[in-house]
Amino acid sequence: MTLVLEQLLNGLQLGVTLFLLAAGLTLIFGIMGIINLAHGALYMVGAYAGALTAKATGSFLLAVPAGLAAAGLTGIIIEYIVIRRLYDRDHLDQVLATYGLILFLNELVTILFGRQPLFVGVPPALSGAVEIIPGVPYSVYRLTIIAVGLMLALGLFLLITRTRLGMLIRAGATHREMVRALGVDIRLLYTLVFGLGALLAGFAGVMAGPLLSVQVGMGEQILIMTFVVVVVGGVGSIKGAFFGALIVGIVDTLLRAFMPMLMRGLVTNTSEADALSAGLSSMGVYVLMALVLLVRPQGLFAARG
Amino acid sequence: MEPGSRSTILAIALALGVLAALPFAAAALGNPAMTTLATRILIYAIAAASLNLVLGYGGLVSFGHAAFFGIGGYTVGILFHHHRFNEALFGLMLGTDQFLITLPAAILVSGLFAAAIGALALRTAGVQFIMITLAFAQMLFFLFVALKRYGGDDGLIIRRRNGLFDLNMRDDTTFYFVTLVFVVLFFALVWRIVNSRFGLVLGGIRQGERRMAAIGVSTYRYKLAAFVISGMGAGLAGALWANYARFVSPDMMHWTKSGELMVMVILGGAGTLLGPLFGSAALILLETVLAAYTERWQVFLGPILIVIILFFRGGLAGLVDLVRKRP
Amino acid sequence: MSAILDIRAVVKRFGGLIATDHLSLDVQPGELHALIGPNGAGKTTIINQLMGEIIPDSGEIIFGGEPMAGLKPAARVRRGLGRTFQITQLLPDYTALDHVALAVQAHAGHSFHFFGAARADRRLTGPAMALLERTGLATRAGVKAASLSHGERKQLELAIALAGEPRLLLLDEPMAGLGQVETAQMVDLLKGLKGQIAMLLVEHDMDAVFALADRISVLVYGRCIASGSAAEIQANPDVKTAYLGEGDA
Repeated sequence: MTLVLEQLLNGLQLGVTLFLLAAGLTLIFGIMGIINLAHGALYMVGAYAGALTAKATGSFLLAVPAGLAAAGLTGIIIEYIVIRRLYDRDHLDQVLATYGLILFLNELVTILFGRQPLFVGVPPALSGAVEIIPGVPYSVYRLTIIAVGLMLALGLFLLITRTRLGMLIRAGATHREMVRALGVDIRLLYTLVFGLGALLAGFAGVMAGPLLSVQVGMGEQILIMTFVVVVVGGVGSIKGAFFGALIVGIVDTLLRAFMPMLMRGLVTNTSEADALSAGLSSMGVYVLMALVLLVRPQGLFAARG
Repeated sequence: MEPGSRSTILAIALALGVLAALPFAAAALGNPAMTTLATRILIYAIAAASLNLVLGYGGLVSFGHAAFFGIGGYTVGILFHHHRFNEALFGLMLGTDQFLITLPAAILVSGLFAAAIGALALRTAGVQFIMITLAFAQMLFFLFVALKRYGGDDGLIIRRRNGLFDLNMRDDTTFYFVTLVFVVLFFALVWRIVNSRFGLVLGGIRQGERRMAAIGVSTYRYKLAAFVISGMGAGLAGALWANYARFVSPDMMHWTKSGELMVMVILGGAGTLLGPLFGSAALILLETVLAAYTERWQVFLGPILIVIILFFRGGLAGLVDLVRKRP
Repeated sequence: MSAILDIRAVVKRFGGLIATDHLSLDVQPGELHALIGPNGAGKTTIINQLMGEIIPDSGEIIFGGEPMAGLKPAARVRRGLGRTFQITQLLPDYTALDHVALAVQAHAGHSFHFFGAARADRRLTGPAMALLERTGLATRAGVKAASLSHGERKQLELAIALAGEPRLLLLDEPMAGLGQVETAQMVDLLKGLKGQIAMLLVEHDMDAVFALADRISVLVYGRCIASGSAAEIQANPDVKTAYLGEGDA
């Protein structure tokens, strides 16, 4: 029981990380009509900037703004140089141009910081564990990620449903011409949305730093999982991104945690059972996606239709 | 580049002449590496032409075609593995190292995978289709990474190329010509398909699915058929690659490989017959040239790609048209 | 006599807006039934519901005695429904002949033929050329849709629809944007089809409607407010009110 609870929380933590990326990806697509493969690269940039700052200064408090600034700045630069020219292009051009961006950014990071993964320690203030219920200790750092992630989700939700900017964002997604006719600077709106997406991705990167190794390719790994989230939740929907991320995060974590036990019960050869369960559990979320496609091709929480 | 036009026939004749003469030129120049480089270009040309069928002609942006390339390769690899160690596969049949068996098997198996993935992915369109094809390809990538029995991460070595009649397949020039035969056959097949009734429907779907429905065409089944044919073509390329490299690994299905195939299609000119061949040549030569200067060549490839997408939309074929139109 | 098309109490809402309000309407075999009404009356919406592109919230659509519920657009077309689009839906890279030949091909059965050169197939191009001749486009057969004039596109829309040999033709503003001469040509064309094919005509050009229609129904805010012959409609005070300020009637 303790293990299940712990793994559920781990899943929740992965879920909120995925949400931070999925929210940006789905907003950028919903509002600007852009599919941005380089979104994962922003996560990587955030993680690197955070890890390097933490290493240099020993302060995680400085790492967070550094990661945000680096991801935000990278976001603004690529929006200005590349993304801006893709608004009126088809998805194919967008995919290929942002694929080019990934090649460039990944290789640039390799040149600057090498192939060796960086490891960052959990900040001392957040290290250790607390008992969430008596007898069940859980990592303070992971709890912090969950709490901050949920707060950001709430903030995003309020931003979109309660503010003028949010109203414009929602209107911009469905009635682009009308928003333009209202005299709103749609370019500025786009830049804001893209910047917001970049900040969220960068933040996710910084926070993920201490939990996994910071290395080139981490962006694409999570990007593809984010795609699964968006497909499961429904393209263009923040609510879909939220619930999709939690479902995918929890399913993935639980499968990884419990599949080996299950397989060892079925297959006698332990090493073969482990290999098999590793394969099956990493396929799990894709099978989930296939099931969703069979039942609701437009996603579980599609904005329309 | 209208198929059947005089300039196309001229281009085909020219391309065939160059390709047939290439190994001899390589020998004369004392540069046998040219032949293996050309073999790589030809194999990727088949994969790119397969993708071009759905992407260029059908307008379906599949970002997961490396999966079928890899499945084709692994079919050859696994059959060889069982042949070599004399183990039964699924308890039924033994492996084989005969080209005439492994190749159809690779095409069939990749077609089956394409049918399954396509049937699901084609329930959506647009950006979801892109994401889903990418995700399913990644799923197969993880599957093969986890399949320790077939080498997992490290891949599978194929000690000898498959046998075909009494040919000396170990000889790179022989293998080049074998590959060339498949290229010619495959491009001829694509030519026939895109000009057939099926091909016209496929092109119609790209240009206006609503229009196609309004003339009574149920578009799903045609898209699926095109996707399966395309997957089979990529599987054929993968099978050839497995023989060429004598090695298969999950890297064949890595998502960057899918990206490379798309780049080839776009570089050469999507929806043109010979575009994939030019695109394959362009990308592989570019990689080779850049790699000769720096190990970190992708740092240049990325921006080059972005510039091409932003400013030269029609790819090489478009560039040719552009030049030709200017007197 | 049984109607070829029977629309029974169809309702369609978009959020708070009601686009089709308990609409009942029929088209008799060989009849040309015109649907008129001010902009936003829900005329195109009803055509899209007949085609199956939009699903009604309630009510029934019976075509040729068969309920259409659950049938996709392509399936409805194969059962004998044909349409033209208000905003022409053509394939920019295909020639006029390609379009009609493709429609002939779709009507002839499935298209799982992978080898024969379709553009050289007389079984497709023959009937297609005949239709282009009939619609006045014979000289433009080899021109790509992207290069056709607006009027020619409208004619091509009709030729494509006819290639399916429909039992009922849904015409969504076939004269919209046409000049006087072109409109007269289109009216003649449709006159030539009268009696052979039942038609539901949505049109703003009242002269054309009065010249062609056997029966006219007036749609306002998704409701049918009047139905009758041209003379009855012209005399109806409700219709005049609905059109006040439009100046068409």
